[in-house]
Amino acid sequence: MAAVSRRPTIAIGATLFATMALLAVFAPLLGTTDPTAINPTARLQWPSAEHWFGTDMAGRDIYSRVIYGARVSLIVGVSVALLASVFGLFIGILAGFIRGLDGVLMRIMDGLMSIPSILLAIALVALTQGSLASVITAITIAEVPRVTRVIRSVVLSLREQPYVDAAISAGTTTPMIILRHILPNTLAPLTVQATYLCASAMIIEAVLSFVGAGMPPSTPSWGNIMAEGRAIWQVRLNIVLFPALFLSLTVLAVNLLGDGLRDALDPRAQRNA
Amino acid sequence: MTSPILNVENLKVAFNVGDDRWRQIVHGISFNVREKETVAIVGESGSGKSVSAMALMRLLPEQSTRVSGSVRLADKELLTLHEEQMRRVRGDDIAMIFQEPMTSLNPVFTVGFQLVEAIRLHRDISRADARMEAKKLLEKVRISDADTRLDDYPDAFSGGMRQRVMIAMALACNPKVLIADEPTTALDVTIQAEILDLIRTLQDEERLAVLFITHDMGVVAQIADRTLVMYEGNIVEQGPTERLFRSAEHPYTRALLAAVPRLGESAGHTRPMRFPVVDIETGKVDSPGESPDTVDDGRTVLEVVDLTTRYPITSGVFNRVILNVHAVEKISFTLKAGETLALVGESGCGKSTTGRSILRLTQPTSGSVIVNGNDIVSLGPKQLREARRDMQMVFQDPFASLNPRHTLGDAIKEPLYAHGFKKGASDRVADLLTRVGLTPDMSRRYPHELSGGQRQRVCIARALALEPKLIVADEPVAALDASIKAKVVNLMLDLQASMQLAYLFISHDMAVVERISHRVAVMYLGEIVEIGPRSAVFGNPQHPYTKKLLSAVPEADPSTRSKKRSLSTSTELKSPFRSVDYRPPARTYRTVSKGHQVQEWGEEWNKEFYCM
Repeated sequence: MAAVSRRPTIAIGATLFATMALLAVFAPLLGTTDPTAINPTARLQWPSAEHWFGTDMAGRDIYSRVIYGARVSLIVGVSVALLASVFGLFIGILAGFIRGLDGVLMRIMDGLMSIPSILLAIALVALTQGSLASVITAITIAEVPRVTRVIRSVVLSLREQPYVDAAISAGTTTPMIILRHILPNTLAPLTVQATYLCASAMIIEAVLSFVGAGMPPSTPSWGNIMAEGRAIWQVRLNIVLFPALFLSLTVLAVNLLGDGLRDALDPRAQRNA
Repeated sequence: MTSPILNVENLKVAFNVGDDRWRQIVHGISFNVREKETVAIVGESGSGKSVSAMALMRLLPEQSTRVSGSVRLADKELLTLHEEQMRRVRGDDIAMIFQEPMTSLNPVFTVGFQLVEAIRLHRDISRADARMEAKKLLEKVRISDADTRLDDYPDAFSGGMRQRVMIAMALACNPKVLIADEPTTALDVTIQAEILDLIRTLQDEERLAVLFITHDMGVVAQIADRTLVMYEGNIVEQGPTERLFRSAEHPYTRALLAAVPRLGESAGHTRPMRFPVVDIETGKVDSPGESPDTVDDGRTVLEVVDLTTRYPITSGVFNRVILNVHAVEKISFTLKAGETLALVGESGCGKSTTGRSILRLTQPTSGSVIVNGNDIVSLGPKQLREARRDMQMVFQDPFASLNPRHTLGDAIKEPLYAHGFKKGASDRVADLLTRVGLTPDMSRRYPHELSGGQRQRVCIARALALEPKLIVADEPVAALDASIKAKVVNLMLDLQASMQLAYLFISHDMAVVERISHRVAVMYLGEIVEIGPRSAVFGNPQHPYTKKLLSAVPEADPSTRSKKRSLSTSTELKSPFRSVDYRPPARTYRTVSKGHQVQEWGEEWNKEFYCM
């Protein structure tokens, strides 16, 4: 904790991220109107006291939609970070511990990594219907290889440690060795990796929605809002500007958090601090 | 007597330990070095010996260190010299060689290129002339085929050869003073002997003053004219090396000397000998006796038959095997309860792989390892876990063999929990800690709070937790300072006496081996070339390699120095890499005396040995 308080990046990132999370959770209370309510009499308005961020072509309130959009982004970001970490950890440990599986698993991971993650996600969503679950699944599959690589390399170097040899000769079973000696040492790199995953997942989700391969168009998500404002961004900049601003701030928050954690968890940095 | 060329007066060094607090590392030391003289600074880790050398070369970071006093080279004061001029002093007047020859050469440039660069940095000569000079330098450090070797990259040079190149580089500008910081510590004994001979010869030829920093009293005895003993930042004693070895005055020097194993000390004894213990306050030495007879001839704890371990080297997409490393090749021996068999040899000879293969931490290729009637090599996972209760391992690096996240108590409990002994585990930990000379309250502490020696004790406690019959100790004292080394060896002997443990003691240090072992097996290129009772192998060595190994051990006795070996060019270990279709030759053993066997050797050994 002392390390956290000494690092302003963690504090700023965490505060910003917490604010976004609160917005998302309390969206029904903060939103001025129903984000999906259409009002043809109030189309394409500039920001005003009534519509803080203005309205879109269907007369929907952009402020409400952006606040609700935080839900989609954060759910996707956090879910992908958790799911990809869990799967990546699992596959990474398998690959690191079972020699026969290593070659096969890592070649599959290499294959997945050779496809740009956005393309891969679009292809995967195209196979199913656009829904929150399918978007999360698609991005998770695209991100798992990154985690797997990190975990596998950590496991391989830990396995060479004499204390692991000592545990083996002491009769400790392989699951116990993983639990006692391997897992605790993977947590630091995994946490750092998870924050970057979260940021990257939010961007991919926005891109998917933007190109129409993500959330259903009626769902308020930042990518959808920007997609709607795309055609007229030169006359009504506010439609694109506000969701983009929120996306940038959230991604910045998560990245700051990740950078701060990376420095705080690095034993070399700790010694200097 | 010539006047001193390097004069150090009241040198003090302090390190910044944060928040403007300073810790004094070197407390005002004074000494001098004369032309053609070798002065050794000897001390254990943390004594400030390397820091002193760095300080007088002005190599310490200026922001975080404070250096005061005076360092005079001839009539130049170095500590106040301008950085630009100091840079010229380094190399031109004072050259330095370091411990790690493997990392001190840049792998992407040829050796010749790096030598030429070093020469041209200090002298204004053409590339071609510099190359001629570089060739002369390589010849000077006795590297054969100097002309072609110049175009080789560092990876084509072994550790000893690289250290020769480093010495050549240091000599490039005819320095007056050579500072050698543990230059042979990372090398095998036979290579160490060659490098020490080389430094001695070059010193005569070049009229060098040498400041030699080491922790090894044996090396000191072989090379130094005068010796300074450093302890906690002070010079506690200095004088001519012969006098120091004959009649040391300071208790610490005596402790240091007592902890130095001397080859041949155990002659006439068949059982292991404890190291003498010196009281650091009074300087009193207790007289160590032979350890009690612990060997139970009736009980064989370990029987190794034709054990072979090879590592395939694969290449390409389909992992085709292109070479095999014959790490261990058909070795056989037995070990009785309460007996210590030492496995000696130089790095790469396969002794560690043998230890790991016995516990099956490395899967052997063939052969059998019989413990308690079970063949370890063919057991299933469950039985293997049971079988390993009888044998445990102690590793070389006490820093890496404990998980930094676990308390000492947790570490020692691990084997107990693994075999389901949950009840009374804490009492057992307390008992084990006491037994290895620590206190039970240390169980809540973490490894980083302990010194290297204490950690090694914890590792021994962990190994003893399941009351094994056999302990495979892989270089257990190699990483420890001499005085700590002696204590850990004594502890191991005490434990052997009280628990009738059998040790397989893997070591490259012949002197420690002579102290601790009942029997000795000498390994060379994966094979045992000689095995027998310690007194027989040390007293009547047969195999040329055993003889070479024994003669290379630096004797901690300055009076033996006169019998100089001729300067051989490097004679390093051959490689155990073999092509896939290689069939190892059939070996026959000749019995010298009861239990003393030696492998029959071929022509190549006769030639190599006699030309030395």
